[in-house]
Amino acid sequence: MKDIKELKVSAIKNGTVIDHIPAKSVFKVISILNLDKIDNHITFGTNFESKKLGLKGIIKISEKYFEKDEINKIALIAPDAKLNIIKDYVVIEKKVVEVPEKIIGIVKCVNPKCITNHESITTKFTITSKQDVSLKCHYCEKITNQENIEIL
Amino acid sequence: MKNKSLVSINDFTKEECLRILDLAEKFEANPVQDILKGKVVATLFFEPSTRTRLSFESAVCKLGGKIIGFTDASSSSVSKGESLNDTIRTVANYSDVIVMRHPIEGSARYASEVSKVPVINAGDGANQHPTQTLLDLYSIKKTQGKLENLNICLVGDLKYGRTVHSLAMALSDFNPSFNFVSPKFLQMPKEYKMYLDNKGVKYDEHEEMKDNIKNADIVYVTRIQRERFSDPIEYERVKNAYILRKKHLEGTKPNMKVMHPLPRVNEIHPDVDDTTQAYYFTQALNGVYTRQAILAAILGLV
Ligand SMILES: [Zn+2]
Repeated sequence: MKDIKELKVSAIKNGTVIDHIPAKSVFKVISILNLDKIDNHITFGTNFESKKLGLKGIIKISEKYFEKDEINKIALIAPDAKLNIIKDYVVIEKKVVEVPEKIIGIVKCVNPKCITNHESITTKFTITSKQDVSLKCHYCEKITNQENIEIL
Repeated sequence: MKNKSLVSINDFTKEECLRILDLAEKFEANPVQDILKGKVVATLFFEPSTRTRLSFESAVCKLGGKIIGFTDASSSSVSKGESLNDTIRTVANYSDVIVMRHPIEGSARYASEVSKVPVINAGDGANQHPTQTLLDLYSIKKTQGKLENLNICLVGDLKYGRTVHSLAMALSDFNPSFNFVSPKFLQMPKEYKMYLDNKGVKYDEHEEMKDNIKNADIVYVTRIQRERFSDPIEYERVKNAYILRKKHLEGTKPNMKVMHPLPRVNEIHPDVDDTTQAYYFTQALNGVYTRQAILAAILGLV
């Protein structure tokens, strides 16, 4: 039995389906994964009802499989995202995302006096807590908490 | 430590910090040497800090090195809009080591990443000032004969004072017991208390000096800035409660020393200056020996 909600976006033959993305983050996920710069077929839908997330989005990318480091970049904005790896219309593997140890780019440092907010420097953070995500800036050493996370 | 930048006190291991203190002792015994002959030290002060700059320059001069640099950003190419990246890469061509003071936090870490010569952080905004921490450790060790098991009382603005944050972290490797004395809204931030908790370090927080300095081996006083108070009346009221006076020193331990990173405004009354406990001016002198040690170690000359 196929989930009816999933059918709202057409099925793909081979590739990756990213489900359970908070609706407000769908376009950020597209941007973080550079999906706006690749030639693969991509279909996505958003603002579907979800018991867990309120409104969710889903992205299907044909002929594309992600490395762990690559996909984990979205963990900060889509921590509940589920990945379905599709081969010949069949889900052969399911994956979840994990908050990585280090975050390069993606997030803005919360400290207005941080050098990364004054010169064009890629931000770098180490994760000090994965539960309630908190990021320590490699440069100014200040903590950016979950509620302050602003995606670049 | 050769060619290693010193940006944060955590860049040096406990052993490396202790090695700096040993070297500082040697430089104190023999402060005038020729080991920096032929070396060029760049002192880039993007904001003025006369005290720190003079201390570094004295350290370089006594060791026979030469200094290039600027004393505030308005007199440099920075005022023409040059990026930090460009300034550092250029100066790195002209010098063997860069000493840098900058108002923006994280600037020193960034400079150390783009510079081909080592960078010594002489203060990056409210973030780090590791040479101050090392000279504080040196002063404590020199006056107490050890760093282990000391009772340290930190007084003043513990919220914004980077000096006390770094010192508390550095001492946490030596089984200290801390008393933190500050107004409630200027208490030690949670992140540093968590750090101490994780290391099993004992600390108590107080709003008054009272008896908390009686058991102390070191009383470290910092300035409470007027700007921190939204209510000027509150400032006037609080200010006097954190001024250390000669009369407070009665009944303190004979080995107790009063330290302060300087400049002082009024938080240590001048009547303390002539007591045997007053140590802040010697502490500043110790900064020269400590910086000699840091420069020599980073340049691989010792
Ligand atoms: Zn930062």
